[in-house]
Amino acid sequence: MLSNIISILLTVVAALVWGLLLGGISRNITARIHGRVGPRPIQNFIDMWKLFRKTSSIHHGGMFWMAPMFRITGAICVLLMVPIVVGQSINYNMSFAGDIFLLIYIMFFGCLGMALGAGNSGHPYAVIAVSRGLAQMSAYELSFSIAVLTIAVGLHTLRLEGIVAAQQAGVTSWNIFRFPFASAAALIAFLPMQMANPFGIVLAPQEIPIGPPTEYSSRFLSFMFSGRAIFGVAKLLLFVSLLFGGASSWPVLIVKTFLLYMYPVVVSSVFPRFRTEQSIRFLWFVPTSLALVDLVRVMI
Amino acid sequence: MYCNKLPEKPGNKKELWQKITNMARANSLWVTAYGTGCGAIELRPLHTSRYDMERFGIAMRPTPRQADVLIISGYLSTKTLKRVIRVYEQIQDPKYIVALGSCTINGGMYFDSYNTLNVLDRYLPVDVYVMGCMPRPEAIIDGFILLMSKIKEGRAEGWKHYKENLDYYRENQKKIITDWDLPDYNW
Repeated sequence: MLSNIISILLTVVAALVWGLLLGGISRNITARIHGRVGPRPIQNFIDMWKLFRKTSSIHHGGMFWMAPMFRITGAICVLLMVPIVVGQSINYNMSFAGDIFLLIYIMFFGCLGMALGAGNSGHPYAVIAVSRGLAQMSAYELSFSIAVLTIAVGLHTLRLEGIVAAQQAGVTSWNIFRFPFASAAALIAFLPMQMANPFGIVLAPQEIPIGPPTEYSSRFLSFMFSGRAIFGVAKLLLFVSLLFGGASSWPVLIVKTFLLYMYPVVVSSVFPRFRTEQSIRFLWFVPTSLALVDLVRVMI
Repeated sequence: MYCNKLPEKPGNKKELWQKITNMARANSLWVTAYGTGCGAIELRPLHTSRYDMERFGIAMRPTPRQADVLIISGYLSTKTLKRVIRVYEQIQDPKYIVALGSCTINGGMYFDSYNTLNVLDRYLPVDVYVMGCMPRPEAIIDGFILLMSKIKEGRAEGWKHYKENLDYYRENQKKIITDWDLPDYNW
């Protein structure tokens, strides 16, 4: 029991640190692509501490207060349900407790809380961003769910650890090679999940600056940043487990999550942004069709 | 719907980690993206690869809720003052004002104009002045570095001064804004 609690705490703290560090490194890499020097890799830690120590005197209602908690709770729940390092029981946390459908459902939880909080703040930009975000989410969730379903049907298991275990026979057994079309669909859906261009319509700085957290400041924003960092790491772990054979050791985990995190950063730096309807149309047709091709192949 | 409660006057808390917090505040200055005068054009190059203000941790925020710094970029017209007061008071503490150009110091080339303010410090607490007409981006970066050193030393306390002397500032502001329809404090 005690070791479980310690394991959970360590997992959350490690995910927070790694998530913030990845965010800082990605800001630096984006700056290098622009030909700039860029901020320090630890800039996100500095920003978070500063925000945490700022005062806050804004009140918009109960949901406004609870949204950062929803966000961080959803992020931690997802994190604890994903296997971290294969074969180490202490890092499994709650990953035995549910199947992949539960995980996809829980992933929605934090975003929904954020949407309610942003709606409660009453700022028009926040409301526009939330409506865009939810519309886009319903578009990429479809292709992502079909991709996950394809993998589950192909491997005859709904449990994430079963999916990881089926990929342990070398690089060629990774799902990205066994289900290439479904993997491509999932990786396209990964871009809007990370709010990267060309799907960055939620935070769209030129139209609806900042988006949902427009009214959030100080500690609220600090908690939101933490939630986003943890959720980011949880998503990376999920994708590494689903498509890239899981991680057999900590260094492998760090390398795989780092490379996977940098993929939307690099794509985001070189692409302009879709309009809302273009983004949703693209997500409805391209990745969904790709995922369906693999699903039909697996069913036959 | 306004909140009419006045702000509480801040005390001088001696906290254990105040120094660390000041370091963090100095190295993470978020600027409200609000240009009041011609100086705003000099802020754009700061984003570019030539000057790159992000290396100092300075970023632009389009909402005052998340910002730390308000830049009064050049002349401030009497019409803009009301909006600037609203933006400044909506920024959460601690907050700092950087004033660019001669116009904010003594009116500059608009010293005898009927619709610009001459001495900005009478209406809002300025932490750092950057002189010039207009100051080049290098000078603005130099002003930011001065602001950062003031924050690290705990001397950039214009926001405390504003709250402690709210009556003085309000009196001056109301001399300029004759159709005063703002609440007592813009939360």
